[in-house]
Amino acid sequence: MEKNNLKAWLYLLPAILFLGVFLVYPLIDVFIYSFEEGYNTASQTYLGVGGYNYSYVLHDPYFLQAVKNTFILVLITVPVSTGLALLISVGLASISKLRELFQTIYFLPYVTNTLAVGLVFMILFQKTEYSDGLINILLGVFGMSPIDFIDGPWWAKMLVLCVYTVWVVLPFKILILTSALASVKQDYYNAARVDGTGRMRVFCRITLPMISPMLFYLIITGFIGAFKAYSDAVALFGTQLNAAEMNTIVGYVYDMLYGDSGGYPSYASAAAIILFVIVLTITVINLLVSRRHVHYS
Amino acid sequence: MTNQTAIKTTANASSAAGERNKKILHGFIYAGLGLWALIVLFPFYWMLITSIKSYGSYNAERIPQLFPTSPTLENYADAFTAVPLADYFLNTLIFTVLTTVLMLFIIVPAAFAFSRLEFRGKNALFTLFLSLMMIPNELVIITNFVTITNLDLRNSFAGLILPSAASVFYIYLLKENFAQIPDELYYAAKVDGTSDLKYLLRIMLPICRPTVVTVTILKVIECWNSYVWPRLITDEEAYFLVSNGIQEIRENGFGRENIPAMMAAVVVISVPLIVLFLIFRRKIMEGVARGGTKG
Repeated sequence: MEKNNLKAWLYLLPAILFLGVFLVYPLIDVFIYSFEEGYNTASQTYLGVGGYNYSYVLHDPYFLQAVKNTFILVLITVPVSTGLALLISVGLASISKLRELFQTIYFLPYVTNTLAVGLVFMILFQKTEYSDGLINILLGVFGMSPIDFIDGPWWAKMLVLCVYTVWVVLPFKILILTSALASVKQDYYNAARVDGTGRMRVFCRITLPMISPMLFYLIITGFIGAFKAYSDAVALFGTQLNAAEMNTIVGYVYDMLYGDSGGYPSYASAAAIILFVIVLTITVINLLVSRRHVHYS
Repeated sequence: MTNQTAIKTTANASSAAGERNKKILHGFIYAGLGLWALIVLFPFYWMLITSIKSYGSYNAERIPQLFPTSPTLENYADAFTAVPLADYFLNTLIFTVLTTVLMLFIIVPAAFAFSRLEFRGKNALFTLFLSLMMIPNELVIITNFVTITNLDLRNSFAGLILPSAASVFYIYLLKENFAQIPDELYYAAKVDGTSDLKYLLRIMLPICRPTVVTVTILKVIECWNSYVWPRLITDEEAYFLVSNGIQEIRENGFGRENIPAMMAAVVVISVPLIVLFLIFRRKIMEGVARGGTKG
């Protein structure tokens, strides 16, 4: 084929321009920012170069709180949502009536505005002077005394955040697992039936290995997504997340950048890079573990 | 003879027991699936039902009522008059349409160049593009914030749109689809004297329409729900999108206690995407399965 260099670059120009300015340049710049000490936003000058920003961030109690919150959120929501999605998808695969209807309903949270629906969760869980709220009344049936899930103890707030996060992330996982289950070849199941293999055995020996690549993909994206949690927390607890002890690492980055506590792009950069290193490490560990356990056909 | 009938009857009995077990199992499965459907739908039901309760009756309910006794639409009137919900809506619409159109102008030519044209450095550049997919947004948003601020583009549509327009992943998705079109078609068009641009617009795009539609819908959903960047870059209410609007309503809008009016605003914001979803259900679910990430 003839080479048409100039024309090709012309077609690529818009993409290169936009990606260069808003993706490649910032990527380099963020590392530079993170090592510039005493950066002044107004005059755009800095005092020196070094690791002070990292040290500041790592000693900031707000950052440590954010790290703790993020890790707990990740460790609870990733297994719970993946397990629940697997259970629901297997259930969906074994029925034929109403299946489309269920699939449609289950997908709804994906297309809704996280901020908007978060408000609904807030009023369901909130305890006000007017009313204990619907969830507390439900819990009261089981003999529990009402708890303020929105402005109350830390663990209660964490619980609501986990519940809401699972609600938000499940549609994607159910969708992926449902299509993975549908792609398992019927031949394997037929062979198992001829051999008279039990249901549980079929699931563990055939279904799970066959869908393991997709399951594993969901675990990796689940980890990455949960580490970047932020808007769910804003939806439930408002923008003053530090005061609510509900901040996440991403929330900390944005708070450093902008808002009442903002104006420190260097600290924000250092925190963002720490987050990136954490996510990268976890992903690499995931990949190493998967190489042993995932069955790629 | 007697032996055979005996075997037959036990076989029948065990299959009948199997049938019954299967029915019980199915009953459990339907119950479980139904329960989850209820959990998914309940927040939607609750926002609808709360949005048609009057302010007085909502606050008088110590135990929230599952059905409204005297439904009213005044909250919807409040949502549009007490806060500039219509403006938030219009802003989001403008933002979504312009961003999506600009994205198409960026990704379609790029995907075309990668799939159909030959040029020096093509493989290296494509590898570079692919590696860009791994860069998390959180890492680049800091500099983008500074760039847009320095360009004096805060509180403007340009500032909102420009950094959100390009997407490596959609270039990749489209390129894969373009590459499936047989070469013969291209050479035939060349023989007829069709220019590359004409070939792209008249032949490739129509053939790949499903993918283009998928990419467009995914981008629209992303734009409609975007919160972080708009929040960083706008602090004038005149440029708020619905996500920022809802946050503003929550913190300063109707007063914290007017929950029914807040829920009316939530309903108004949620309806467009739900309608879009119900119309393009198959396309959206297919598209998300192929290229969506969230969770």
